[in-house]
Amino acid sequence: MSGPPGEPRRVAYLYLLPGLVLFAAFVLAPLARAGWISLFEWDGVTTGTWVGLDNYEAVASEADLRRAFWHSAVLIVFYALLPVAIGLLLAGAASRTRVHGLAALRTIIFLPQVIALVVVAVTWRLIYQPTGWLGDFDLALPAVGLIGTWVAYGLCFVLFMAGVQKIPRSLYDAARVDGAGPLREFFAVTLPALRGEIAVALTLTTIAALRNFDVVYLTTSGGPGDATTVPALEVYERAFRTGEVGGAAAVGVCLAAVIFALSLAINQLADRAART
Amino acid sequence: MRRCLVAVLLVLLAGCGAPGEDAPEAERGDAAGKVDVAAAGDVTLTVWDQEVRGGQRRQIQRLNEQFQARYPNVTIDRVAKSFTDLNTTLKLAVSGDEAPDVVQANQGRQVMGTLVKGGLLRPVDEYAEAYGWADRYSPVLLDLNRFSSDGATFGDGELYGLSQMGEIVGLFYNRDKVPQPPATFAELEQQLAAAKEEGDVPISFGNLDKWPGIHEFQAVQNAFTPADQVRGFVFGREGASFATPENEQAAAKLQEWAEAGYFTEDFNGVGYDPAYQQFADGAGPYLIAGTWLLRDLTDAMGDTLGFMLVPGQEEGQPQALGGESLPFAITAKSENPDIAAAYIDFITNADAAGVLADTGNLPAMNAPAQLSGAAGEDVYEAWRTLTEADGLVPYLDYATPTFYDTITSEVQQLLAGRRTTDEFTQALQGDFETFSG
Repeated sequence: MSGPPGEPRRVAYLYLLPGLVLFAAFVLAPLARAGWISLFEWDGVTTGTWVGLDNYEAVASEADLRRAFWHSAVLIVFYALLPVAIGLLLAGAASRTRVHGLAALRTIIFLPQVIALVVVAVTWRLIYQPTGWLGDFDLALPAVGLIGTWVAYGLCFVLFMAGVQKIPRSLYDAARVDGAGPLREFFAVTLPALRGEIAVALTLTTIAALRNFDVVYLTTSGGPGDATTVPALEVYERAFRTGEVGGAAAVGVCLAAVIFALSLAINQLADRAART
Repeated sequence: MRRCLVAVLLVLLAGCGAPGEDAPEAERGDAAGKVDVAAAGDVTLTVWDQEVRGGQRRQIQRLNEQFQARYPNVTIDRVAKSFTDLNTTLKLAVSGDEAPDVVQANQGRQVMGTLVKGGLLRPVDEYAEAYGWADRYSPVLLDLNRFSSDGATFGDGELYGLSQMGEIVGLFYNRDKVPQPPATFAELEQQLAAAKEEGDVPISFGNLDKWPGIHEFQAVQNAFTPADQVRGFVFGREGASFATPENEQAAAKLQEWAEAGYFTEDFNGVGYDPAYQQFADGAGPYLIAGTWLLRDLTDAMGDTLGFMLVPGQEEGQPQALGGESLPFAITAKSENPDIAAAYIDFITNADAAGVLADTGNLPAMNAPAQLSGAAGEDVYEAWRTLTEADGLVPYLDYATPTFYDTITSEVQQLLAGRRTTDEFTQALQGDFETFSG
């Protein structure tokens, strides 16, 4: 073995091997298996029939599934955009003033993240009970979405607070010397410095929005009618209730692809913004 | 690195056949019919059931103990799971090498139908003859556990199991508010209108969980649609259809009730449990629900609780939504089918009916039994009337694998006035046609 230190060497792959084996066994293999099953019409017991891409065609053409993906898009607003906005607002405000008991405040705001989502869903179902929103065709989806906002904004806030604390005070001082008001200060100093944190927060919350199952299942089961169905719920129903395992796998693969594409896009955007 | 990944993926995919292909063909042991269990030597019988709640758990524990006391050579290895757990794990369990001997396989196409199609359950017709099971049940209760051996036809063909408990969906009523139970559907409607006048909730109803809507619809449907028509539809018999004038009338009536405010306010947003608790607290005269609530409601209301069938258009037309608990079936891979059959016989015979009633369950068998409490007597009486008149109508969601999703969603929309009765029946008929091809 020769060459300067730090130069890539083949032996490095050996170090990657243990991780790769685990990753292949528990992530890649199930993913490949799901992809394979998605090419069959299979009830989970008898031998499946090869149908090629028919299941994917169904994902694209079935109105039920299109609606489920649309609901997911709406939920991204509530699970990702809204919490990030609220988190930024709170962090921006906290960056200007010295908050007494910040640690306690952070803990309280972060608390929803710690509670199991099942508990959150059951509790919110009770909270909504007197309002009847969960049974209203127009309000059910926003009502489910607000649960997500409540869960996620604490995470965003804590992430952004950590980011704000590492911004040099001198930048704020400079901005103030230049006569920037609070708004200007936020857009010129705080927001650009938090780019990385925003990308992380958006990625985490968007994924949470897209793979949402427990909250919907426990609050509305997709109802009323199918006003709150989401792709993950469709996967469950197909795989375990109606015996369409192939179709369920196809929906799952599509969902995974959408999640992958979105997180890639978010990080690309953040990177590009960082370079300019 | 990328090449590496591709290689890994290829290795993973190679050796994958069609899913389900490698399931070994089940070999059925020979059946000897009725055997002397005591002379069978040491046998361990593995039983998967979902009798985990209150009285259900007590009855199966007691019966298992009695069986083992009578046949000390038999050990029952009981695996208890919740209903949902059982349904989601059963397919894998019975197709594996260590399949249990006896399992509770839910009625309908999703579970029992799939297992039959996969050749994983053993038909029990020989045993039925040997033990005389046909005399034990009303015909429709056996039909619910029947499938053709290819799993295509439901409600006809070979028998695959026996159920222990019966259930009826009917009217629970509050005796303080209903001094005289209605004898006809028209009388019931008068009482509902009167209750509304007085500011009561005529029918306590919570449909947030979606499935209670099926009960509401079928309770009304039974006053309009003949039992044979509904059964024909559920079992997918020749010429069956959902888009019939009778079903449309039923849908119109249910919608009319919703518009008239006969149900709990905002019912689509109210859970099932809060709705029946509201009824128990005296919110109004009626609750449409199944006999599975008998115990809880009796505990809360004592002898003010009553139970009746939803009355027909004319007096003396007993017809109601109902069914039976999950049937106990024998797996195709069981090495002791004769002992398994003897066990199933034991937990469904006349003595078992006594144990069931003792532990607060409604026995499905034609056997005299006594359920405690005023409403308990009502329930037993209703069951007897129904089975004698052959008036039991099965759940509509058995009709196709997707029917549960379709009907629960459609009933919510019908009740919210977002569907006309015509759209409602057409949507359900559409689901049926997609399935039957």
